[in-house]
Amino acid sequence: MTLLRRIGTALLAPVGAIVVAMIITSVVISASGSSAGDFWSIIFSQPSSRAIVNIINQTSLIYISALAAAIGFRMNLFNIGVEGQYTLASYVAATLAGAAVFSGILNIVIPLIVAVLVGAAWAGIAGLLKVTRGVSEVISTIMLNAIAVTLVGYLLNKYGVHEGNGVRSKVIDAGSQLKGWYFFDRPDGPVWTLSVLAIFLGVGFWVLLNKTRFGFDLRATGMSQSAAIASGVNVKKMVIVSMLLSGGIAGLIWMPSFYGSGHSYGTAFQAGLGFTGIAVALLGRNQPVGIVFGAALFAFLNEQSNRLTLETDISVNVVQITQGTIVLAVVVAYEVVRRLTAQREQRNVAQKLDAQGPRETEEVTA
Amino acid sequence: MSTMTKPPEAPGPSTPARMMRARQFSRLWLLLSIGAIVMVSLVRVITDANGLTSTGTIRAAMIATCPILMAGIGGLWSERAGVVNIGLEGQMILGTWGAGYFTYFYGPWIGILGAALLGAVGGLLHALATVTFGVDHIVSGVAINIIGLGASKFLAEAYFKDLEGGGIKQLTGLDTPTRITVPGLSDAATSIAGHHWFVVSDVASFVAALTTSVSAYTVLAAILVVASAWILWRTSFGLRLRSCGENPAATESLGVNVYLYKYAAVTTSGALAGLGGGYLALVSSSGFTTGQTNGRGYIGLAAMIFGNWRPGGTTAGALLFGYTDSLQLRDSSSVHALLLVVAIGLLAVAVLRLVQKKTVAAGALALIGAAFLLWYLTTDEVPREFAGMTPYVATLLVLALAAQRLRMPAADGMRYRRGQSI
Amino acid sequence: MTAPTASKATDVAVLTEGVGKRFPGVVANHDVDISIRAGTVHALIGENGAGKSTLMKILYGVQKPDDGSVTINGEQVSFGSPTDAIAHGIGMVFQHFMLADNLTVMENVVLGAERLHGIGDGARQVLEDLSSKYGFGIEPDALVEDLGVGDRQRVEILKVLYRGAKIIILDEPTAVLVPQEVDALFANLRGLRDEGHTILFISHKLDEVLDIADDITVMRRGTTVGEAKPDAITKHELAELMVGSELPSPATEESTVTDVVQLSLADVTLTNERGRDLLADISFDIHRGEVLGIAGVEGNGQAELVETVMGMRKPTRGRIRMGEEDMTSWSTRKRRESGIGYIPEDRQRHGLLLDSPLWENRILGHQTREPSVRGPWIAKGPARDDTDRIVKAYDVRTPSIDTPSRALSGGNQQKLIVGREMSGEPVLLIASHPTRGVDVGAQAAIWEHIKKARRTGLAVLLISADLDELIGLSDRIEVILRGRLVGEFDPQDVTPQALGSAMTGGGAEVAS
Repeated sequence: MTLLRRIGTALLAPVGAIVVAMIITSVVISASGSSAGDFWSIIFSQPSSRAIVNIINQTSLIYISALAAAIGFRMNLFNIGVEGQYTLASYVAATLAGAAVFSGILNIVIPLIVAVLVGAAWAGIAGLLKVTRGVSEVISTIMLNAIAVTLVGYLLNKYGVHEGNGVRSKVIDAGSQLKGWYFFDRPDGPVWTLSVLAIFLGVGFWVLLNKTRFGFDLRATGMSQSAAIASGVNVKKMVIVSMLLSGGIAGLIWMPSFYGSGHSYGTAFQAGLGFTGIAVALLGRNQPVGIVFGAALFAFLNEQSNRLTLETDISVNVVQITQGTIVLAVVVAYEVVRRLTAQREQRNVAQKLDAQGPRETEEVTA
Repeated sequence: MSTMTKPPEAPGPSTPARMMRARQFSRLWLLLSIGAIVMVSLVRVITDANGLTSTGTIRAAMIATCPILMAGIGGLWSERAGVVNIGLEGQMILGTWGAGYFTYFYGPWIGILGAALLGAVGGLLHALATVTFGVDHIVSGVAINIIGLGASKFLAEAYFKDLEGGGIKQLTGLDTPTRITVPGLSDAATSIAGHHWFVVSDVASFVAALTTSVSAYTVLAAILVVASAWILWRTSFGLRLRSCGENPAATESLGVNVYLYKYAAVTTSGALAGLGGGYLALVSSSGFTTGQTNGRGYIGLAAMIFGNWRPGGTTAGALLFGYTDSLQLRDSSSVHALLLVVAIGLLAVAVLRLVQKKTVAAGALALIGAAFLLWYLTTDEVPREFAGMTPYVATLLVLALAAQRLRMPAADGMRYRRGQSI
Repeated sequence: MTAPTASKATDVAVLTEGVGKRFPGVVANHDVDISIRAGTVHALIGENGAGKSTLMKILYGVQKPDDGSVTINGEQVSFGSPTDAIAHGIGMVFQHFMLADNLTVMENVVLGAERLHGIGDGARQVLEDLSSKYGFGIEPDALVEDLGVGDRQRVEILKVLYRGAKIIILDEPTAVLVPQEVDALFANLRGLRDEGHTILFISHKLDEVLDIADDITVMRRGTTVGEAKPDAITKHELAELMVGSELPSPATEESTVTDVVQLSLADVTLTNERGRDLLADISFDIHRGEVLGIAGVEGNGQAELVETVMGMRKPTRGRIRMGEEDMTSWSTRKRRESGIGYIPEDRQRHGLLLDSPLWENRILGHQTREPSVRGPWIAKGPARDDTDRIVKAYDVRTPSIDTPSRALSGGNQQKLIVGREMSGEPVLLIASHPTRGVDVGAQAAIWEHIKKARRTGLAVLLISADLDELIGLSDRIEVILRGRLVGEFDPQDVTPQALGSAMTGGGAEVAS
């Protein structure tokens, strides 16, 4: 297959899915009595400077979350628990940073490490249950999500700073805050410093998966567990390690926002990124580059749709329908493309064999 | 061995081992239930936490149980046909909106149908993705949850904003389904319950809760559970459906259209989850609110797994979750008393295990039981949140301790492609 | 051998004339002529790959024949699906049972045929009547998972009878049974025959066929090659008919066997969770420069033996030594690192990453060894260079080494695997059917590579169903039957009869 054709095949599914999602979204909007044209003209309008900053920041958060999910997916592990892992990790890290046990740069580095450890540990529980007790990671991570959210709610309520109706962890010192870079005017806000984490993690993910022995073992296990076992991979160990990695990355999801603008765990905390990440990982086919586009698309849709409330009678929530439909359509499309490609390959092989003439008889099981 | 294969004892009457086993099984359940009631009653008398079994608590528990139960039974339909339905949550959310919309315009009965209809649409979508297109069941379920949540929010804003009692996030003041009170029995039971007598009042509380102002929707839920059990285990339709979840290849080899049964099962599954959502909107609270399900679809799934993919077990799981859910909302002294219940329960099972000579399990259970006892004795209060965590922790523990003994349908969650079997 | 006994009289239940079936690149059946008399047990025998399964699928409506005609009870038929076959009174008992373990016997039987007698007491009554009529002794309310293999098979037969089948096809029904169960099954089959059923019995076990059959048809290489009456043919004649009369002449080259033991198994036993021995007391030594061939009908423990040697299964008992070291407790990876090459039986499931390019497949199984890796890193350049080398040396036909391995034909996939497993100078090669599905030219090349490596001291454990290969390559042949080594042969003077009868359990005739 030529490179061009391969790229074409690779793009077929996501582009097709986006088109389907656009059609469905338009139908839904029209059915509710609003104008689909208004919707798309707002979505595809030139974003403001402030919106661009927000899109970049949100892309980085979603990207990290999607990486966390993708590392599991690449091994056929469904870490649905990214949400719980980063909630718990964010709370612990924010509380630690707020307590100001360390100062300056240490008060950044150490909470970050702690966030990774907490996320990894929480995911590790699911890994351990899977390996030792045969518990499906899907169910255990869903349960762990609920436990993490409840636990954090309790801890925050008990040890947090109560302020009016809200409660939050202690705000970190100005010395430990990392505002970021102001690409536009000051009111447009900064691109958070720790957004670069997304780039580092993305590159690291790519290197780990494609350049290392470990990554090879991980991918091999995901593609064919039987072949991986025959090649000497210890699958149980791989399950544990990849859950730890996935959870560790999940621990970092909210950190750019925390050091950049939130500075405390409370109302500033952005929930739901874990589920968005799963969707984006599927959209980007668990590839570090594909996920960039997926994350940017989701962040873009989220940000642009904010204008809907002001300028139209269309609910911003329609974007969630678009996003959900993209995800469902894209997995369906990948499946369809996969079947078509497999058929084509079979035909090619058959043609070659026929050209060579029939070989010796062999048992054929359909 | 002789040529006539089997010992001649076999062709006996048609009620052998399995039915005996079933009978013993139900007797065991009866004993367990009686034991549980006595134990809870005892704890209530000791701790004076009358909230443990008050009529109010039981009614609240019943109301908390129903949505979880309907989602769980929905999950049962789908998974018995071999399709994992993580999309229950999304289908349930769609149900909440359907109930709101249709009740507002056409009254509660059509509202209930509307909830089922919207849920069924979610189920149909899941069937299309997983059965026809062979998409991974979990992936499809996750997508449906996103779509369900988004759609309910969007539809609420689009249709409820300008209605009376409506807003962009809610629709309140809906008519509710009829409430039923059994005259005589209700009053008698309520008055006995008020005396706080040992065991007698506890049983009376149950009777009172079941006979006083029970929503017709609750009755419907109970009927649906029984009907589901009957259809799935007593009809040829159910047999075919279940065999799709056990061995689709064998089922197809006998001329059954596996795809059709899977579609039917998953769509029904969505409808039941939708009904669970409708219950939340019409009975549990006074109207539709976005995000009302709050993970109950997942809990329904957990209840089903907890119940070993069986209707009775699913009901038990839903009751457990519903009870702890309702208790945390009522009073903290009851939650505290619950610690003692758990401690006694664990110690009782530990003794049972010791009798069975499973010393390791007994030791572990006794240790955990002792920890709960210590917790009870050293504190005066349990944070509400901890009670809220109970269903999740219980599910994790059950899975960790019994995952090997749970028996899910053999082909559950597997992709099945027509004609690739023989 | 006799001429066809049954003419086209009305008492012929099944008649096939000139039936043929082709799959892409393969002729599975051609010119199949069978005539089965009603009310008899008719055996269809042939080696693995002789085309029996395809024929059976044609008769049951799973596959449509490309040529020829099928006649059932005098009526020419064309089945579109098994439902059509069932309607014509044909029932099929698959080798791999089609049962739902978690359902009861009755549920399994009535499934799909609920209309006949419902699913309640009516059905139970019919089932009990059938069960007692043929002496099956099956409990309708028992869970299938609680049943033994023999009972499960009876459930499969009940399924067929319940639907009123008069013609019953059994695909290698004895493959999964122990001898006592075989006796019981035969008693059941005779009972069915005496009640007027026609039975097509597919097997490759000569003793059993001679025991049960009224007529025998032999298949080889996709077609019927002869018919026989059990009382008019000897087992040796039958074996020859089945295997073909010509055996290859063994290699005349000098033996390279040394006296250094490379692989040694001592009393290796593998028991499954049901307590059945998959491998029983396997002991052998392979020396450096020696090829030990394992002959046997498939499913007699070959796969388990290979997986045990590779460390993918842990033996219940016994020791495995690699050279001087005891490797019983080693992981698969450590075994590979110690110099074991592995050509798996199922190359697509165990030997390849189908969606990865060839050069990545070169790394598979060599993730910790040069030239594929450098420290913890994948060495892409050297791995690609080495893939190029393999592609050239083993004549792998591929557009490039970036092609996903799925796109290659089976033979080329196999050549890649052989090339990979022979690289890095292994000291021991475990080869399961190394040339299955490979064209003749490539087969010769693969054999030459193995012979060459043997001269430099490679020890080989060769599992094959291809007698040409076994006799041509091996220095010694062991026969495996039901998980036991039952006979040892010298390829120089082995006869097909001796090998055939040892493989099929016809008494171990140990040659020197």
